[in-house]
Order: sequence, then structure tokens, then C-alpha cells
Amino acid sequence: MSSMKKEEFFSKHDQRIIPKLQRAVIGIAGAGGLGSNVAISLTRAGIGELIIADFDKIEPSNLNRQQYFQNQIGLPKVAALKDNLEKISPFTRVKIYEVKLDKTNIIPIFKNVDILVEAFDKSEMKVMLIETWLGKFPKKPIIAASGLAGWGKNELIHTKQIDNLLICGDEESRVTEAISPLSPRVGIIANMQANLVLELLLSKI
Amino acid sequence: MKTITVNGNEINWEKDINIDDLLKKMNYTFKMIVVKIDGNLIKKNEYKSTIVYAGADVKVIHLVSGG
Repeated sequence: MSSMKKEEFFSKHDQRIIPKLQRAVIGIAGAGGLGSNVAISLTRAGIGELIIADFDKIEPSNLNRQQYFQNQIGLPKVAALKDNLEKISPFTRVKIYEVKLDKTNIIPIFKNVDILVEAFDKSEMKVMLIETWLGKFPKKPIIAASGLAGWGKNELIHTKQIDNLLICGDEESRVTEAISPLSPRVGIIANMQANLVLELLLSKI
Repeated sequence: MKTITVNGNEINWEKDINIDDLLKKMNYTFKMIVVKIDGNLIKKNEYKSTIVYAGADVKVIHLVSGG
């Protein structure tokens, strides 16, 4: 086990942003293609605490875009993700919930986060999360993703902001049996979500 | 003539029109949407009971599967 020092890990960071990043608590709803990529970027960025919830276990078909490894197949995604994040950095606390999120548990699990990232697969879950979140916290940001299936079409990917609801994606490419999600486009959009987290946190610097 | 704005498009306002009717009028057939009026969230079960007032800025956000 290495004994990486905090100042070593953060030596290439703009020193002014470190306290804000380390004080931040970010929620990630879902640990699949979006959530696992968002979590890794935010851990490398130096976010102080991540709260991650997902009920699913890792399957071979997840490895085409999700940040897991062959020897983790069968494990709960949140446990495997926590393990992977802790291998990257000890300077992000990772709290995990192995549960299926619904209207009753979203608020208790995520009530203390500064920003919530929507990282679900199914559109009805996305809508449920956004309605539940904005219904309870109209002023707290939620960063969602919509339209990430397929490949290419970089030029269609964008961010839309409606008050505290932010949406990343092309808003039209849906996942169907014929068009599967693939690593590059899912990764781009996950990193746009992570990038927006930083933008919101650091806007006053 | 009084108007409302729907996703940036200005259209004529109709008295007593609710969200459900507005979505039909605009041919928004997608099921998985989030609706906001002047920044306030309108939940699905409120579409029929929410009357769109003149000058309202309505945003309809379509969520598609994938993640």
C-alpha cells in the first residue's frame, strides 16, 4: 500500500480550488455507464465525498462501457466502484447504498449533497428522480443525461440548463435493442456531467 | 394578443388551457418528459389541473433512455 500524501496527489491542482472540492458532497444516482465514469472523474478531481446508490450487479455486458473489470463480474456495482475509487485516491470518501432508488428513499439518501447527478439508464427512472428531487429541493442542482446512444455525432452533444436542472446529451439518441450504448459517447456525456459539477462548485473562484 | 412561450417558441395563449391540452396541441407525444413553468416544476399528476397563464414560459424537457 502506497502512502501517497495529500499534497502529492493535489500538486498539479490549482491550489485555490482544493478546499472547495474537498468540502463538496456529490450524489450519484446509478453506478452504470454514466455513474461509474462520473465517479472516477470526480475522484480524480478531488471531490471530498461521493454518495453513490445502485441496486445492480456487474454483468459481462456492462464491461463495454462501465468502469469495472472482469474479476468483478457478479459483484454489486456500488461495492466494486467503491473499491476502484479507493485504489485511485484516499482523498474522496465514498458512501454506498445498494438499493433500488424510488420516490421514498431518494431524499433520505441524498438530502445532504450539494449537487445530484442523474446516472440512470431508463427514461422513466430519470423522470422519477428529477420530479422527486426538484419537488423537494427546487434550488439544488440536478445534472441529468438524455440522448447518448450509438456513436459519433459529437457535434450534437450539448448542455441545456433550465434553472437548476441541467441536461447533457443530444436529447434524441435513445437506447433501443438496435442501438446500444457504447463507451465513447457514454464516457463523453458522463464527463460533461462531471465537468458541470466542477463548474457549479467553482463558479465563484 | 396574449402569448406564452413553449421551449422558446412564442405561441398564442388560450384561456383555460391546461398542460395536458398544451402538450397535445404542441404534438409532444413523448411520455418521458419534465415540465416547468417559469422555473416551477409541474409534476405528471398535475398536468390536467395546471392552467397555463398568459405570459408563461413553459419548458418541456424530453428524457430518453440510456446510461
